[in-house]
Amino acid sequence: MAEHRVVIIGSGPAGLTAALYTARANLKPLLIEGLEAGGQLMLTTMVENWPGFREGIMGPDLMAEMRAQSERFGAEIIQGDVLKVDLGQRPFPMTLADGRPVHADALIIATGASARWLDIGSDRKLSGHGVSTCATCDGYFFRGKPIAVVGGGDSAMEEAVYLTRFASKVIVIHRRDTLRASKIMQDKAFANPKIEFMWDSEIASVNDVEKGEVTGVTVRNLKTDALTEVPLDGVFIAIGHTPNTTLFKGQIELDANGYIVTRDGSRTSVPGVFAAGDVQDHIYRQAITAAGSGCMAAIDAERFLEGLPGHAAESAPAAAAH
Amino acid sequence: MASDKVKTFTDSNFGTETSKGLVLVDFWAEWCAPCRRLAPTVDALASDYDGRVTVAKMNVDENPEVPGNYAIRGIPTLLLFKDGNLAETIVGLQSKEDIAAKIERHL
Repeated sequence: MAEHRVVIIGSGPAGLTAALYTARANLKPLLIEGLEAGGQLMLTTMVENWPGFREGIMGPDLMAEMRAQSERFGAEIIQGDVLKVDLGQRPFPMTLADGRPVHADALIIATGASARWLDIGSDRKLSGHGVSTCATCDGYFFRGKPIAVVGGGDSAMEEAVYLTRFASKVIVIHRRDTLRASKIMQDKAFANPKIEFMWDSEIASVNDVEKGEVTGVTVRNLKTDALTEVPLDGVFIAIGHTPNTTLFKGQIELDANGYIVTRDGSRTSVPGVFAAGDVQDHIYRQAITAAGSGCMAAIDAERFLEGLPGHAAESAPAAAAH
Repeated sequence: MASDKVKTFTDSNFGTETSKGLVLVDFWAEWCAPCRRLAPTVDALASDYDGRVTVAKMNVDENPEVPGNYAIRGIPTLLLFKDGNLAETIVGLQSKEDIAAKIERHL
């Protein structure tokens, strides 16, 4: 049985920053990467709002740097997924997908959020055959073809603009008649001659499930209820994210949308369990805020461990003092 | 870095290579981050099922024909063939255990 003072679940900016800080505090953290290792930034291209890189940095490069930096200070990073965790007893026992047991005195949850699907059935069925939630992964398959992007936020506009590199035409399908995206992203999208908009609309079905590939979508106008058939080759869904909290359901306080509720910094409803990044934040959802909250979780976990009986003598100097 | 147990298929040898036994084909490309994440899993499966399942990679940039035939519009995608017939389609990043479970059904 492997017992660790700090276990971090998740390897996006929140998890890796928590690993960096707890490693520098000599807590020898174990970080379990999870399936989507590196998090959402692994699926982006240029990150232009990470402070310190005036020309921007590629998302995957930034994550590789963060990972190497935390390892440099002794964080142990392992591949794999956590299958089960029991927050009802301490040290917290968990089981990895390969059956390995792990125990943690303090747990930092940084499992992030994953792309939401439309959940109309046909979108999932055609995943990998024309329906995608990752423009940088799959845009390539649509060279010279018409496609749709669903959503009206920043990520939808970013995907739409990115996809014009490949697609002959990008139709943005959005439920409202205005975009939620920031002004700068709206301007980019409106200025792009390859992008068209279908307002007040939602996808009723993605066709053709029987053929096993996307041949078009049936679009419902939400004001008139009229259905329109739009022939196209691909559908990219960018309607937000759902927090990855299934593992913790019923064991920790979640809000109505499934996000972990944090108070007094990164503390959750279970003492010794801390949360950072998108798994507890549906408002800011930036790499920099995720990293910041990862740092908070590390410091909170360190203070918690200092207060545990029997651990005070061996506890390391406070990270906050560096 | 790929394990020597993992073969490389092309548009021209795909048909003959998949015609017999259980064959797992990983469709990937250099620019695909999730594909890079899946690569060690594919390597591990090749070792685990050495002699029982042929494991191969197919670069979709260099081989447009076969991915087109199977309507692959997203990667990573794993296709499992049994005696030349498509037995399983596995789209996106999946855990080694989940992929192994799908292979086991056909062993």
